[in-house]
Amino acid sequence: MNFELTQEHSLLKTMYQSFAENEVKPLAAEIDEQERFPVETVEKLGRFGFMGIPFPKEYGGQGGDTLAYIMAVEELSKVCGTTGVVVSAHTSLCCHPIFAFGTEEQKQRYLPDLLSGKKVGAFGLTEPNAGTDASAQQTRAILDGDNYILNGSKIFITNAGHAEVFVIFAMTDKSLGTRGISAFIVEKGFEGFKIGREEKKMGIRGSSTCELIMENCIVPRTNLLGAEGKGYGIALKTLDGGRIGIAAQALGIAEGALDETVRYVKERKQFGRRISQFQNTQFSIADMHTRIEAAKWLVYSAALKKDSGAAYGTEAAMAKLFASETATFVTQRCVQLFGGYGYTREYPVERMMRDAKITEIYEGTSEVQRMVIASALKVN
Amino acid sequence: MRIVVCIKQVPDTTEVKLDPVKGTLIREGVPSIINPDDKAGLEAALRIKEQAGGTVAVVSMGPSQADVALREALAMGADEAYLVTDRAFGGADTWATSYTLSVAIRKIGFDLIICGRQAIDGDTAQVGPQIAQHLDLPQVSYVEGIERISGNKLVLKRQFEDRYHLLEVELPCVLTALSELNKPRYMSVSGVFEAYREKEVRRLTFEDLKEDIDVANIGLKGSPTNVKQSFTKQPKGKGEKLELEPEEAVLAIVSRLRAKNLI
Amino acid sequence: MSRNIFVFCEQRDGAIQKVSLELLGKARELAAVLGQEVYGVLLGGNGIVNKAQTLIRSGADKVIVGEHQELSEYLTAPYAKVLFEIVKEYEPEIVLFGATAIGRDLAPRVSCMCHTGLTADCTKLEIEPETGLLLMTRPAFGGNIMATIVCKNHRPEMATVRPGVMQALEPDFERTGEIIEFEPRIGESERRVKILSVIKGEKKDVDITDAKALVSGGRGMGSPERIDMLNELARLLKGEVSASRAAVDAGWMPQSRQVGQTGKTVHPKLYFACGISGAIQHLAGMEESDYIVAINKDASAPIFDVADLGIVGDVNVIVPKLIEELKKQ
Repeated sequence: MNFELTQEHSLLKTMYQSFAENEVKPLAAEIDEQERFPVETVEKLGRFGFMGIPFPKEYGGQGGDTLAYIMAVEELSKVCGTTGVVVSAHTSLCCHPIFAFGTEEQKQRYLPDLLSGKKVGAFGLTEPNAGTDASAQQTRAILDGDNYILNGSKIFITNAGHAEVFVIFAMTDKSLGTRGISAFIVEKGFEGFKIGREEKKMGIRGSSTCELIMENCIVPRTNLLGAEGKGYGIALKTLDGGRIGIAAQALGIAEGALDETVRYVKERKQFGRRISQFQNTQFSIADMHTRIEAAKWLVYSAALKKDSGAAYGTEAAMAKLFASETATFVTQRCVQLFGGYGYTREYPVERMMRDAKITEIYEGTSEVQRMVIASALKVN
Repeated sequence: MRIVVCIKQVPDTTEVKLDPVKGTLIREGVPSIINPDDKAGLEAALRIKEQAGGTVAVVSMGPSQADVALREALAMGADEAYLVTDRAFGGADTWATSYTLSVAIRKIGFDLIICGRQAIDGDTAQVGPQIAQHLDLPQVSYVEGIERISGNKLVLKRQFEDRYHLLEVELPCVLTALSELNKPRYMSVSGVFEAYREKEVRRLTFEDLKEDIDVANIGLKGSPTNVKQSFTKQPKGKGEKLELEPEEAVLAIVSRLRAKNLI
Repeated sequence: MSRNIFVFCEQRDGAIQKVSLELLGKARELAAVLGQEVYGVLLGGNGIVNKAQTLIRSGADKVIVGEHQELSEYLTAPYAKVLFEIVKEYEPEIVLFGATAIGRDLAPRVSCMCHTGLTADCTKLEIEPETGLLLMTRPAFGGNIMATIVCKNHRPEMATVRPGVMQALEPDFERTGEIIEFEPRIGESERRVKILSVIKGEKKDVDITDAKALVSGGRGMGSPERIDMLNELARLLKGEVSASRAAVDAGWMPQSRQVGQTGKTVHPKLYFACGISGAIQHLAGMEESDYIVAINKDASAPIFDVADLGIVGDVNVIVPKLIEELKKQ
């Protein structure tokens, strides 16, 4: 049992922080305001190795572990929730399933460009009528010679507007229910594949969230990911891992908001005193810090458990549940301590509060996490 | 070309605060960093290597904790790292430090030596020129631009208060870099992994250098200067501090300046 | 037996630098305590001997002049070689240099050749009465700690001194002294660095250490556009603008206007700190100013510990109003 970062992780953290502080933070307010995907940042993220941290070097990855990866999401999210989710969705939801379930040929073909950041990846599971109930997939895939023909649409797809590689789920045999769902690697340029309209969102507004439309979309048979009918399992396992990434994003948002607030309360004066001198402020900050630390260890221990090879789904669910609710709690408290200024866009905490909310919703709502946790305890 | 870069691990003095009661420095929680001028020197070395080929070795004299500064240099792209460390070297002033480093550098081998102009904790700017003297090499300090590298000649832009010099120097030589020289690169993720997994920080102790070193010239005993005493500056008596509405504040300023005949 | 106090007198384009005169003033004081003489050492191109008289008027008893074409523009090796030979021949007890770019380049090289100690950037020099040792006091650790350094067993004792710290004497036109010509010997090993060109004036900027009033901006200004406001205030106060390291690092002002440990030490009659929190390295460069006004939002900012008049408030609100008011007057 050891709660210290290794020297390697500690130096990584230094590296992430200096990159986030100098390259990501200066753009955070602007991309939020303009609802603009930070193309220039993604190029740099690729250059410095952020886009393929937990994958082996043979595929162009960095050879890091899950902790190294989620610490990157955490540090980026401290200053910009958008940038955190770009990396998280790309890594956990696209690169990971290709790496874990792809054939050698698929890995050789797709991973080098994804892991170097040359191409951004996305994940298409959610549909208008299949959200939390992902099993209700309506997108169909029909085998026709050497190709599958996909028809249907996906919504709320993170990174979609700028991604070139998608992991898409579709029903290959509706009669089999979840056992009839299959996964495919779809390239942006495939015939019949279209990116639909962009969502206008409350937070993480620099990230690109779009609809995907497949109209007789032709996907080569060789792009079937895993065996036919194994798609649902792939989706669930992918989301287990993704939850640690989102938990890290939530953790980072909370930490970033608290950092800003601690600085502010030492400056701001009311009634002739710095507001940090009021016990209300002190208690509030103590509570926030305590929750953040608790969230951090849940998140880190889920990452370590994943790397140990043991089942980690419950830990990932707890980490996401607690970290995302912490992010919401903390950012709201921070806005409150800022008072009227906190509600304006002059200070970053209102953005952080908007960014925090989504972490309770995507990649499994808090309710889904509770279901996962309860069922692991056999309370059903 | 074999480039040796001298780096020092320093406390980030911008983060150092005074204990208002005791008047002493609060060192806890102050992060350690690579001295900024040295980091610019390292960046310059990496760029020269990219252009002209060769290897970059970083060397630091200090306690074991300086390992992390050397790892950072490795993560930025340095090929080799050396930590000159031994209790016998402790307490050295700039003369003994530069002597010890010069012995280590001779052992490491070099065509070009780059130091930062000065360290932010000591601000002496002495070690670079003194290494040059110990090794009988020409020095160019305050380098603000590396204009050309051709064969074994460098053309450098050197900054003084009121002028620049464009200088040509032949290798081997010593440069001291200003932080204005460049913007040092970030480490990369793979760089950090390589720094711990594929590269090493080699230790050079007294034992390793003893054939070449004069024991009379190292550590506290080999230092011509000694600190007789050190003390924190007494802050001068506090003046008045006013919290007023802006208009009143302006009048307060004007009346004080007038009373002092400053306007 | 080493004896006498040498001051390396820096010239640029034949003009004696102010700091050298300040050092001669200090050297006189030290010499009086030790009962020794003050020597100016002046190296330069042909005709530099004509400047020797200036040094005598400012306190030198003797001036050693090394005239050589290759000494007209400063280069480390020839200067170090000639100065080292002078030191070898005359065996001074103390050698002082200005802590200018040139002094800080030359002094370490020469101290190393002499195998003696060197204390950089001294702000105080005095003789310890019991031992006759030179006590060299300098700021360290970002300007917060002061350390007094001694050099017991090696001679000469060497120090560089920050410009603006010591006081030059009023020139005494009646003073006489001896001028000693020294023959510089410069060989091939001193020619390993060649000057291709000298670019002057390119970064010519006012010397903030000369200003009677300084209006200094820091990170608390919020943005570079606000520097115009400081320029206006400086103009009204008949002063110059300067900056903290944070403002210089942000690229708002040139490095030549930076006040502090890594910038310049200033002591104007009026120092106006705008949006400067007062990191210790900044305080080190300005706290000797005669009258300090500080405006800062953060009431606990350390700048208020040194300010004679501290105003807690938003600099971007107060300064424009102050400008208006001063214009009215």
